[in-house]
Amino acid sequence: MTQFAPLFKREFLGYFRSPVAYVFIVIFLLASVGSTFFLGRLYDSNQASLAPFFSYLPWLYLVLVPAVGMRLWAEERRTGTIEFLFTQPVTMPEAVLAKFTAGWAFIAIGLCLTFPLVVTVNYLGEPDNGVIFAGYLGSLLMAGAYLAITCVTSAATKNQVVSFILSVVICFVLVLVGWGVFTDMLAAFLPVLLVDFTSQLGFMTHFNGISRGLIDSRAILYFASVIGVALLLNTTILNMKKAG
Amino acid sequence: MIEVQGLVKEFRGGIRAVDRISFEVPRGQILGFLGPNGAGKSTTMKILTCFIEPTGGTARVEGHDVLTDSLAVRRRIGYLPESAPSYGEMTVSEFLMFVAELRGKRGRDRIVAAERIREVCFLESVWHQAIETLSKGYRQRVGFAQALIHDPPVLILDEPTDGLDPNQKHEVRQLIRRMGADKTIILSTHILEEVESVCHRAIIIARGKIVKDSTPAELMQDSQLHNAVTMTFGGTDLEAARRLLSGLADVRAVEAVVGATNTLRVFPREGRMIASTVSQLVRERSLAVDEIHVEQGRLDEVFRRVTGGARGTATKVRGQHSTQHTEGH
Repeated sequence: MTQFAPLFKREFLGYFRSPVAYVFIVIFLLASVGSTFFLGRLYDSNQASLAPFFSYLPWLYLVLVPAVGMRLWAEERRTGTIEFLFTQPVTMPEAVLAKFTAGWAFIAIGLCLTFPLVVTVNYLGEPDNGVIFAGYLGSLLMAGAYLAITCVTSAATKNQVVSFILSVVICFVLVLVGWGVFTDMLAAFLPVLLVDFTSQLGFMTHFNGISRGLIDSRAILYFASVIGVALLLNTTILNMKKAG
Repeated sequence: MIEVQGLVKEFRGGIRAVDRISFEVPRGQILGFLGPNGAGKSTTMKILTCFIEPTGGTARVEGHDVLTDSLAVRRRIGYLPESAPSYGEMTVSEFLMFVAELRGKRGRDRIVAAERIREVCFLESVWHQAIETLSKGYRQRVGFAQALIHDPPVLILDEPTDGLDPNQKHEVRQLIRRMGADKTIILSTHILEEVESVCHRAIIIARGKIVKDSTPAELMQDSQLHNAVTMTFGGTDLEAARRLLSGLADVRAVEAVVGATNTLRVFPREGRMIASTVSQLVRERSLAVDEIHVEQGRLDEVFRRVTGGARGTATKVRGQHSTQHTEGH
């Protein structure tokens, strides 16, 4: 893993070399804070908790994370730099991991910049900061899952827009199957066992627990496996292209 | 040292881009890859640099197999891909420092390597500019710098002078010649003068096969023009001169040169030299000749003959194949 550091550094700093980084951060902060106050009605709820913030996060990620990840491989393929990259002494897992981690670290920065929310609820009341910490941990893990899926679609095409749309669709399905409103609808005409099973595949099923402060090993395992499987798929796609 | 044996690359849809190619390049040799577009030059280079995998056959670079030991191969190769792709948003110095790090150089070593390559490739004036703002010539130089930064024993250059102006072409060729002394170099080009001025050896590829493998000088001897005598007459009756020249021993044909006035070209019989007999005739008959010179041969003519022929047969074979195919159904 000797090449991980330079690859990660280039990719991570790459975000700040283009306007993408600033656009993402500004939109992410506006949207997350906006949804917390205007849709989640943080003040009206009269509770010192960030539950409104976390409950809208899966929907925000749906658009914003694919926007962060869509360029990772598609851009390399479009400009031909992938030929430069893979003729360097770099292994496939190193490159895949470095790109994914760089995107993830960038999203983590966006997430960290929502700290004024934490300050606000601490100023206004006495929230359970353990729950808030768990919520942030879950948010980061969930973002990783979204991003890993975007890595796969990005590796599969040289068109960033196609990559974006594909990953939004896939992530949307994964959000939907775990969304209470949707599972209730399904339960009306599908066997409960089946609905239970599909909802176990959903992001929200696992995220809701963590965001309420329940750091459940199954949820962590779920997100870790989504990331693992997606990155494995990512590597496989790149290897297939290599074998032509 | 590069050894290629029976290399085959088939793409999806059964297109055979490289068809059983074998050759060896010893250290200190500069090999020119020639061939029409789509002949398989770039594909062969991509296999040698481990960007794509061959369907069959083997290739070894400095003794390491491209399939089983690809990291070792890549460490020993400097590769300039076609049209020199690089990360446009990075500055030249950022990009080259990044490459130096990928090439295993850390700390002080990395700075030394980057500074050395800045001098070699004349990049001082654009060192802190974003690559996407550079002209084609400078971008190509950045590509070169990237390939040379770790001083590799093997260099693979895909159309290194493409898009450069004549001065830059000259510079790059000098650079390649200088490095050729102790490195193994393969370069592809379709500029034939480049092969003459830079390469020790030339391989012509057409339709994925090697159709010619020799020195540039030998290639020129293959030319119909080799040792032909071209003469421009001043005032002499051209028809009379033509008759006299045709009568000489060892002359195969005399033709008027298209596009030039009063100019004849005298072709020798296979392997003969006719320069002295022609000049003797000129003296004896007091022909008014303004200019006379012996042709070396033209690479482009050999190139067209060798590759054009191959293309013709391939099309024919494919045509027959498709006929059988339709009949079968």
